[in-house]
Amino acid sequence: MKLLYFAWLKQKIGTDAEEIALPDEVNDVAGVIAWLKTRGDNYATALKDDAVVRVAVNQTYAKRETPVSDGDEVALFPPVTGG
Amino acid sequence: MIRVQREDFDVGAEMRALTVGNTGIGGLASFVGLVRDMAGGTGDSAMTLEHYPGMTERLLREIDDEAHRRWPLEGSMVIHRHGRLEPGEQIVMVLTASAHRQAALDSCAFLIDWLKTQAPFWKLEETPEGASWVEARASDDEAAARWAKPERDG
Repeated sequence: MKLLYFAWLKQKIGTDAEEIALPDEVNDVAGVIAWLKTRGDNYATALKDDAVVRVAVNQTYAKRETPVSDGDEVALFPPVTGG
Repeated sequence: MIRVQREDFDVGAEMRALTVGNTGIGGLASFVGLVRDMAGGTGDSAMTLEHYPGMTERLLREIDDEAHRRWPLEGSMVIHRHGRLEPGEQIVMVLTASAHRQAALDSCAFLIDWLKTQAPFWKLEETPEGASWVEARASDDEAAARWAKPERDG
């Protein structure tokens, strides 16, 4: 799975993109967030207030229960502030 | 149509390009967003707009298509810039053209309200105190919510 991070999530995690092998038991967006939090202090800090984090799966807005699989592009980012 | 670009744009030239040769257009509405000086007139508050290449274009196209479904538009153009911008610079432009003014004005407001809450852009503001990410505002969500369609059965 390709993971992308934007804005302050990118800064707090310390990278803008990574390829990861998804554990078998992770099969939805909520599972990805819960699993990421266990990967280190930077992830735990960045995702501490994870209710505000928006997620897109394959460049489409996703919900916490949206299913994910290994070939997906999953992006995590704060609420958008363009315009 | 939509464009995501680093370079500035010429609103007059975009208006002419959108309307030339189409005499069915009776009203052309526009919105242009500028970088506001947040440092009290010192000119010292540039910002950098980060975006999600690919998803940004996709989202803007979806929003533009939705405007065309909801209103009888003769044409539209949405341009959003990214990268570093100084106070006074243009960030975003929305043009909508229709036979009559109401469709043009309403669809223009819809596009900018919807874009602000959906398109994946993030503003990093430079201030004398350091750089900080701009926080999303509840008032923007409220502005977009007035365009939400009521849920229908079936």
